[in-house]
Amino acid sequence: MVDQDLRSTALEAVHESLGAMFTDFAGWRMPVRYDSDLAEHRAVRESAGLFDLSHMGEIHLRGPQSAEALDHALAGKLSAMGIGRAKYSLLLTEQGGVIDDVITYRLAEEHFLVVANASNAAVDAEELRARAAGFDVEVDDASDRTSLLAVQGPAAEQILVDLLASEDSGIAGITAEDLTSMKYYRVAEGTYRGGELLVARTGYTGEDGFELYVGDEVSVELWERLAAVGGDRLVPCGLACRDTLRLEAGMPLYGNELGRELLPSQAGLGRIVALASKGDFVGRAGIEAAEVEGLPVLVGLAAEGRRAARAGSAVRDASGSEVGAVTSGALAPTLGHPIAMAYVDPAASEVGTELVVDVRGKDLPVRVVEMPFYRRV
Amino acid sequence: MEMSADLLYSKDHEWVRVESDGVAVIGVTDFAAEQLGDVVYVDLPEIGAEISSGTEMGEIESTKSVSDLFSPIDGTVTEVNQAVVDAPELVNSSPFGEGWLLKAAFEALPEDLLSAEEYTALTRS
Repeated sequence: MVDQDLRSTALEAVHESLGAMFTDFAGWRMPVRYDSDLAEHRAVRESAGLFDLSHMGEIHLRGPQSAEALDHALAGKLSAMGIGRAKYSLLLTEQGGVIDDVITYRLAEEHFLVVANASNAAVDAEELRARAAGFDVEVDDASDRTSLLAVQGPAAEQILVDLLASEDSGIAGITAEDLTSMKYYRVAEGTYRGGELLVARTGYTGEDGFELYVGDEVSVELWERLAAVGGDRLVPCGLACRDTLRLEAGMPLYGNELGRELLPSQAGLGRIVALASKGDFVGRAGIEAAEVEGLPVLVGLAAEGRRAARAGSAVRDASGSEVGAVTSGALAPTLGHPIAMAYVDPAASEVGTELVVDVRGKDLPVRVVEMPFYRRV
Repeated sequence: MEMSADLLYSKDHEWVRVESDGVAVIGVTDFAAEQLGDVVYVDLPEIGAEISSGTEMGEIESTKSVSDLFSPIDGTVTEVNQAVVDAPELVNSSPFGEGWLLKAAFEALPEDLLSAEEYTALTRS
């Protein structure tokens, strides 16, 4: 059952040969799991997982005013980033709502890479292009020619070190020392088979790990090399476990916890918006004018048992009044109990508040807890 | 797929195995189990509950999704598989064996149940 309208990554044949089950994600035919999503989740927590994230968008900005253009286009102060740094940021509407959450890497004084969610990649590229008008900068959407492989988990560093040490690794310009000394949210540039390679210590799993950006023409070979070097330590992982991993790590998902009708402060991301440290930018006026008092805020919920609240479930307080709704929920594989994120009335958002979630007609008692639900030791 | 010829199937991906005394064992197929992913929770009707063909009798949850369980037959629940309630992963590891869901007493089977061959054709369409 192949939907002809779906796009596929350069690694599709690899996934098929591994027996992947596919899903439609943001118009892409992506592996949802290879065998057991619980086993894949566990592999990332205990060893390492290998993900194909080539559906995500890669948008380069190059030119003397790249930093200024991004300060105008995004919520953070990107001009303050050092070369080789990564930063989590937001693309806002004029009203201050969230168009997308993005990771920005500063690769050179005049070169940034913005990594967008698959569902928003085209919109982000268009917005960045429009917002860069008037600045001396070139916006280059490389999404259609860039592959992204993520190696996530406590064994990730050793696997990449082993890859570098392997015969004919294909990698130049990055040493084992570069990797082992690389801090979280840093990026290094090198080459793989002569083409551009970026190795970033970033991820969406709550574990240590790396994200590798290469051209589509070499991604199959890089995947196979990683799989060979990783051996039993490295398990191919689909999007199902990516979602439970990020949920346990308390990371928002665009479309669930973030959207155009939600302000960053509601999602607990007020600190991302650089109101104090930079001048005007798209979204500032909206955020400054917004009446945030009383707006629903994002909280973490935990419950006992095995039955999980899901996106859309209503949240009620002790008196039975509806106070919000769940945006993501699952039985947390690592923790063994149900967890959820929900937008609730501020009055019901204190940690420790006892609430009730309507799980398809049955009441599930929950309490508000700190996020992340899971933190690596 | 390890389709078993002595089972009947519903289009909702449940299987039915008739025991000699007017009692049927009901479970979900391996096709359904594979589509669901790792099953983490199974909500089954209680003993004595009336179930009817094509209507909801419980829920089955994987890490990613919730699906309704539809009864493939008309009958009365006589036994639920406590092992699968305690260890829902049995639905994945042994959908036609230890992962059975419940037993129900019945008088007549619906005519729209499928043979193994018909069910296999359905899952390939």
